[in-house]
Amino acid sequence: MTRRQLATYIFFGVVVILFAISVALKGFFVTFGAFLTLAIFSFLYDDNPYYKFAEHLFVGVSAAYWMCMGFWGTMVPNLFGRLYPPMVGPVIPALKDNPSDPFMLIPLILGIMLLMRLSSKAGWISRWALAFVVGTTAGLNLVRYLRSDFIQQISSTAMPLYVTNSAGFSLGETISNIVIFIGVMCGLIYFFFSKEHKGAFGAGARAGVIVLMITFGASFGYTVMARISLLVGRMQYLLDSWLGMIG
Amino acid sequence: MNIFVRMANLDRRWIFVFLFLVVSLAYFLRNVTSVPVNTTKEVESIYNFIEGLDPGDKILLALDYDPSSLAELHPMSRAILLHCYRQDVKVVGMTLSQYGAGMVEEVFRNVKSEAERIYGKTVEYGEEYCFLGYRPYPAFVILGMGENFRIFFPRDYYDTPLDDLPIMHRVRNYDDLECVVVIESGTAADMWLVYGSARYNMPLAFGVTGVMAPDYYPYLGNALFGLIGGWKGAAEYEKLLEQEHDANRGMLAQVVAHLVIVLFIVIGNIGYFVSRKKTKIGD
Repeated sequence: MTRRQLATYIFFGVVVILFAISVALKGFFVTFGAFLTLAIFSFLYDDNPYYKFAEHLFVGVSAAYWMCMGFWGTMVPNLFGRLYPPMVGPVIPALKDNPSDPFMLIPLILGIMLLMRLSSKAGWISRWALAFVVGTTAGLNLVRYLRSDFIQQISSTAMPLYVTNSAGFSLGETISNIVIFIGVMCGLIYFFFSKEHKGAFGAGARAGVIVLMITFGASFGYTVMARISLLVGRMQYLLDSWLGMIG
Repeated sequence: MNIFVRMANLDRRWIFVFLFLVVSLAYFLRNVTSVPVNTTKEVESIYNFIEGLDPGDKILLALDYDPSSLAELHPMSRAILLHCYRQDVKVVGMTLSQYGAGMVEEVFRNVKSEAERIYGKTVEYGEEYCFLGYRPYPAFVILGMGENFRIFFPRDYYDTPLDDLPIMHRVRNYDDLECVVVIESGTAADMWLVYGSARYNMPLAFGVTGVMAPDYYPYLGNALFGLIGGWKGAAEYEKLLEQEHDANRGMLAQVVAHLVIVLFIVIGNIGYFVSRKKTKIGD
């Protein structure tokens, strides 16, 4: 055994002993949570078996949880519980007296048709169900998106460039509205490719690039904030809940 | 290898170690020193809206996040719930996050206990708040609640019929609530805008993760009447509520972390430009 291997075994043994002490003092789940957190963090150094273990455990548990929730939270109460309520009575007593709804046969049939995708010969049948889903969603989205992401956005951009309120002229709001107006116009010019970006039009496009860069910068700043929040949250768990170092 | 080339090619692991140490130090000092938090109009508008409600008014609070976003979004959920309980505003809670139902139920229970301790008043389930639980397919749930809450939620999380909950008496759809506040970490935010606000036109406000916040600023003033973005937004709400907690305590770590990242960006750029200049001269 080389000196390096010996050091590795000693280090591993010390870690196991420390975790065993932690299990005795803090309980299994708190310790296991801390172990998983450290295992995920270890990826920052390099890929390793501990990270793989934590990652695979997460994927497996998530998939199983999602499947159970989907079955017991959706299929049982919304499909079986409505098609034939006495069937779910033993598991969800509250539903057993509900009236039966034969219209639920339609989603049942559509669901079975979707599963036909698993068959190489009958896979084409799933297209009918998929067409229903795509058609319904497209129809619902078209009108709603047109309102929330198009008409409402235009009306929000069409703001007065000279703002007065009860106190008179409002310099702050006026500047704010002008910045929004110019920012939107320059952004639109940048994405208008039917005319060459030259002269005044080119200057507008260059200003549009600056607006976009500022937007990306703000976005990056917020992303850093989000990630640091998560880091602090995990540190709080490790230092406070696990090690009890912070009161 | 000269220092500028090293600066441009710094091993990312040194950045992680440095960031971890600095954030740890800042976190340990969170009770010793703090950073000032200035409130913004988009957060104030949510605070003022709830502050202006009468006792007995009801709001819908959708906590659409799961444990992976707990650290970031819990402070704003806590602040809004405390505010409602302080104002005697009743809260109808729900979640559209599949992984979040158990966690959200715990959030409601914990904040109820905290509100009772802070404000010395009783917060009863079914009277002051209720939790409807989780239902799949956000778009359809949002559309369904616009017609009648009982379509998707005939019973609450604890299997109690909605009509047996005093808080749900005379609550049929969004029209019977003063506003909808959504604390969101996923794609359901878009559905609240598209299927909720655009269809039913109810007053809607968001509390979102920092990553999501820039995407929803354009909706302020039309679809949204307020927006709480990440920890900074939560810290603002805590300050307005005079209940400074996790978000405010974590702001020192946020500021320090941002400074460290700016520092490394500057170092990387100096290294890149100087080494590039030297390469050009060499050519």
